[in-house]
Amino acid sequence: MSGRELALIGGMAAVTFLVRYAFFALGERVAFPPVIQRSLRYVPVAVLTAIVVPMVLLPDGAHWQLNWHNAWLLGALVSGLIAWRFNHLLASIGGGMLVFFVYRWIVG
Amino acid sequence: MPHARHPRRWTEIWTGARDSLPMLLGAAPFGIIFGTLAAPSGLSAGAALAMSLCVFAGSSQFIALTLLASGTGLAVILVTTLVVNLRHALYSATLLPHVAGLRQRWRIPLAFWLTDETFAVVQHRYGAPDRSPHKHYYYLGSCLAMYSNWFLWTLAGVMLGRSVPRLEHMGLEFAMAATFTGIVVPMLKNRPMLGAALGAAAVALAARGLPYKLGLMLAALAGVVIGVLLEQWQEAA
Repeated sequence: MSGRELALIGGMAAVTFLVRYAFFALGERVAFPPVIQRSLRYVPVAVLTAIVVPMVLLPDGAHWQLNWHNAWLLGALVSGLIAWRFNHLLASIGGGMLVFFVYRWIVG
Repeated sequence: MPHARHPRRWTEIWTGARDSLPMLLGAAPFGIIFGTLAAPSGLSAGAALAMSLCVFAGSSQFIALTLLASGTGLAVILVTTLVVNLRHALYSATLLPHVAGLRQRWRIPLAFWLTDETFAVVQHRYGAPDRSPHKHYYYLGSCLAMYSNWFLWTLAGVMLGRSVPRLEHMGLEFAMAATFTGIVVPMLKNRPMLGAALGAAAVALAARGLPYKLGLMLAALAGVVIGVLLEQWQEAA
């Protein structure tokens, strides 16, 4: 393992543990201010969407692919549809990947 | 035997592990994909395994891989890890009343092993009407199952990645896009959530040229602010 990897893992481990442990460490009943509590609820949606949308619309990281040749877009749309209709994560992942790989194989 | 009518410690550990079974299966593909994608993203096999052992946070491990592959610096990865894992602070705040009476030698490992999955089952167990004094053993059982499961599937993925060359050209990383999509879409149940997602997406696209993935942080911030504002506006209306 390189020094850079060691720093990465050590840093991520420390950050993750501190977030998980901060309140356990206090050991008393503590409550978030309501505005923080509210804000935290939007974090997963905001972060994950911010990662996935550019991935899907610009698969090579540089060029817009707003067309039907874009397997990423098609696969993600299928994943989203399954998730929306059935609320089943694994089915949504499996369905999206199936469409993605079949479509890439067909389009070449 | 004052506690004889309550489940014994080992029974609690076993039940906690057993109740986590669906989530053990659900985590398996992510462990495999994480292990498989580690090498093409620039993370050695040892580092991938060490990350699963020391960090033990699926979504931030995935995001770290994505950021590493695009050449992002350490500081940005750590800040992103912090933001992505902030929800765990909410979990620990929720569970705090149940663990506040435990010693630190319990609280430290239980905090380290706190994941979305374990939070879900453990919260359910603490809500059960029986007054068993050993519910933290149930928590421990779920943790041990999830932890060993995550490590073993990471190992399986690392081995798979080594035996299948040029895996990085197969588009497996689409699994991450599919996963995040599958997680996000069911959360878009109301206008504030939808607004948060749309706002984050728009800012992420507009600011994607900024260095150090700063666009991601701006997008997250924008999404959160829009969500909170819409929620307040909805309440006021």
